[in-house]
Amino acid sequence: MSRFKHGWWLLALAIFIAYPLVETNPAYTTIGIFTLIFMACATSWNMFSGYSGYVNLGSAVFYGSGAYTMALFANHLHMAGNGDLFWLVPLGGVVASIIAIPVGLVALRVRRHTFVVITIAIFFVFQLSAINFSFTGGTSGMQLPFIPWFITNYNVPFYYVALGIVVFAALLSAVVRRSRFGLQLLAIRDDEDRAAGLGVRVFAVKLTGFALSAFAVGMGGALYAMFIGQIYPQFVFDPIFDISIALMAIFGGLGTFIGPLLGALVLESTQQLLTLKYSNGSLYLIIFGGVFLIVILFMPQGVVVAIRDAWARRAARRDGRVTVGATVNPGATS
Amino acid sequence: MTNLLKVEGVTRAFGGLQALSGCSLSVEKGSIAGLIGPNGSGKTTLFNVITGYVKPDAGTVTFDGRDITSARPSQVFTLGVGRTFQITRIFARITVLENMLVASQRQEGWLRGLTRSKSSTQEVAAAMEWLDFVGIARLASLQAGALSFGQRKLLELAYVLVADPDVILLDEPAGGVNLTLINEIAEKIRSLNKEGKTFLIVEHNMEFVMQICDAVTVMHQGVDLVSGTPEEIRNNPDVLDAYLGGPDDDDVDVAS
Amino acid sequence: MNGTALIHSIIDGILTGSVYALMATGLTLIFGVMNIINVAQGIFVILGAYLSYALSVHFGIDLFVGLAITIPTLFLVGIVVERVFLSRIKGPEKVVMSILVTYAISLVIEGILNMVFSVNYVELQAWYVDRSVRVFGYWLPYIYLLGFALAVVLLGALYFMLYRTRFGASVRASLADQTSAALVGINVKNVSTICFGIGIAVTAAGGMIYGATNAFNASSSYDLISRLLVIIVLGGMGSIGGALAAGVFMITVEDMVSVIWGPVWSSLTFFLILVIILSVRPQGIFGKLEARLA
Repeated sequence: MSRFKHGWWLLALAIFIAYPLVETNPAYTTIGIFTLIFMACATSWNMFSGYSGYVNLGSAVFYGSGAYTMALFANHLHMAGNGDLFWLVPLGGVVASIIAIPVGLVALRVRRHTFVVITIAIFFVFQLSAINFSFTGGTSGMQLPFIPWFITNYNVPFYYVALGIVVFAALLSAVVRRSRFGLQLLAIRDDEDRAAGLGVRVFAVKLTGFALSAFAVGMGGALYAMFIGQIYPQFVFDPIFDISIALMAIFGGLGTFIGPLLGALVLESTQQLLTLKYSNGSLYLIIFGGVFLIVILFMPQGVVVAIRDAWARRAARRDGRVTVGATVNPGATS
Repeated sequence: MTNLLKVEGVTRAFGGLQALSGCSLSVEKGSIAGLIGPNGSGKTTLFNVITGYVKPDAGTVTFDGRDITSARPSQVFTLGVGRTFQITRIFARITVLENMLVASQRQEGWLRGLTRSKSSTQEVAAAMEWLDFVGIARLASLQAGALSFGQRKLLELAYVLVADPDVILLDEPAGGVNLTLINEIAEKIRSLNKEGKTFLIVEHNMEFVMQICDAVTVMHQGVDLVSGTPEEIRNNPDVLDAYLGGPDDDDVDVAS
Repeated sequence: MNGTALIHSIIDGILTGSVYALMATGLTLIFGVMNIINVAQGIFVILGAYLSYALSVHFGIDLFVGLAITIPTLFLVGIVVERVFLSRIKGPEKVVMSILVTYAISLVIEGILNMVFSVNYVELQAWYVDRSVRVFGYWLPYIYLLGFALAVVLLGALYFMLYRTRFGASVRASLADQTSAALVGINVKNVSTICFGIGIAVTAAGGMIYGATNAFNASSSYDLISRLLVIIVLGGMGSIGGALAAGVFMITVEDMVSVIWGPVWSSLTFFLILVIILSVRPQGIFGKLEARLA
């Protein structure tokens, strides 16, 4: 990565840091917080599913686990409603990663398309457990300590913690992508048995990737719980969350570094804005589904790769060279 | 001479189909061994058993004095047994060089993979050297899926070699490639053998086998029929019977 | 809990399970022939239910008579969806892409249904929906018996189509091996399109029975599709016999759990069974091990 490119990342980060200073309307900073949480989750999801090809449609298991970790610890430790609760956010990540290990031990034994289905089944096991057991508060969910911050500033600390989670997830994804471990995940995606025959401990690698990817999602869930102050099982263990994360990553570009960040940024903020302006969920479903259909059928590698391909072709035309099929590799991009 | 790889009485059935029924085989250190037999005689299944992809119902596999019968594919490779597949398998969506790097660390723990970068300077140098050896170094930065059939075969050979295995199992290295490339591959095998590499080769191209192998084993209906020098095999009447009279012409090598 | 209640739950399970088996058969047929996991199957069931609802409420057409309209309608919808969207999915990640494409289709249909019918729960009405008949000492709702009969008739028709017709032979060949089927001159593309149509058409019948036995809205599709997916995975993906057996088995077990431990645990058990079975047998109860080596 060139220094020039680092500059763009820093600029993007600066814009994100500046946003709540410029935009003080709580309605819009709330949108910012949700967008950031989804950016972190989509990036983290991609770090495993995008690189390895094992599409996890149960990531709400981690999100919900993080949220319940926040609620349970805050209540049982009788914590006060103040900034100390933020310490429980990384704990949510730890719990999510720990939960990912037994889940992965079961789910990763099966091949890819069965994996998709079993992650959905495991998701429902978690959701229904949260509804049925009493320590989770059942359908009425759990209340968190009330945080008595003034309304105009309430969002700001949450926003920056969310931004921190995004930076964490993005750095982790970048480190994995440049490590031997990341290369092994890509090899598993392309041909798992062959990778095993070249010394890659495929199960251990998959399980590690799965557990790592749970961390930021768990933190996102914990932060969400603290931010909203009240959790319900059907909202933190939400099937729409499972699929939204995957759609955002694929919309941007499966297996690319920037794709999930961009996908979540565009789709989540649009959804939030539409909800704010029109409060029509059904219209959103139609637009979201429609846009996604177009993207996946006409730009199956995601928007990022499609744009880069188009750019490369344009540059090549300008230089008068002949393009060789525009074989841009989704996996090898950073 | 010592036996580097030894298979004893290996049996394996898939459902009602007896793919291997008490097959034995040994490969001497430093030799090029050939494995021939009609389609469906169990050659590929035997390869799968040796490399840990298929667990045998009975029998043992020993490599360099160690029992590897129940080892997993990654362990078998780590110990020093590399293989290629009948249908060439490469990692299509990463580059040729990255394909090489997947195989470069034979003895490294999986956690180490997280903390180290994708490649070291030495690893890249070694990878490029082997790519150069098989003659596709100029394609290193290309996506592997863009390679031609022959180039894929060469890449598969190269990435097995980069990990420096002691014995290399080749499943039909001459299958589906043109004569020039066949000769080239034979040449590579010979020169590697001179440097001390041991080979076990499944091949249908008799000329190829007879030309480069020191010892040949003929398989028929899941057992080793005869073993001997190419000359002995050529003149053995049982071998001809096996090829002409066998009722099993279906390819049942694929484990399904 | 007593013995009678348990036997009753088994009977109920078999009767309603057959309807799930019918819907799952469509799903597994689509997977087997096309390598597509149709996540939209759930919303198509709901679409079928809403079509029956509209016909009965606005035109006074009986639910079963309405099937003469809804089944062909959904067959056509299936054909169009396959031709416009699914036939475009190609490449190494076809299965995964198919999940996402059908999910997107599902979202669009969900949005439309929400707009047209609102999100309030509705239930199909007819004289046989809430009356029961006494059979061998057990009170059974007419709709369960009729649903069972409908499932048996349609599965019989499907069986006849698969095993007694020339088209069925092509389908079975494609189920076994698409490449070989293409090699012997079967037009796999057309077989795929028609199979998708059939796979969706059965949801019209499934949806009508579902709508008559459950209050539903568009988001009921999530619960449905997850159950159907569990059933086809347990049955071994692509195996029609497996889907039938697993459908009846799972719904029966769910009904029994509901009687023994209470309804809140029945859904949990349903998904837990899949998790437990797959951790012991990754290929499902009835499935063959996936080919590992080429």
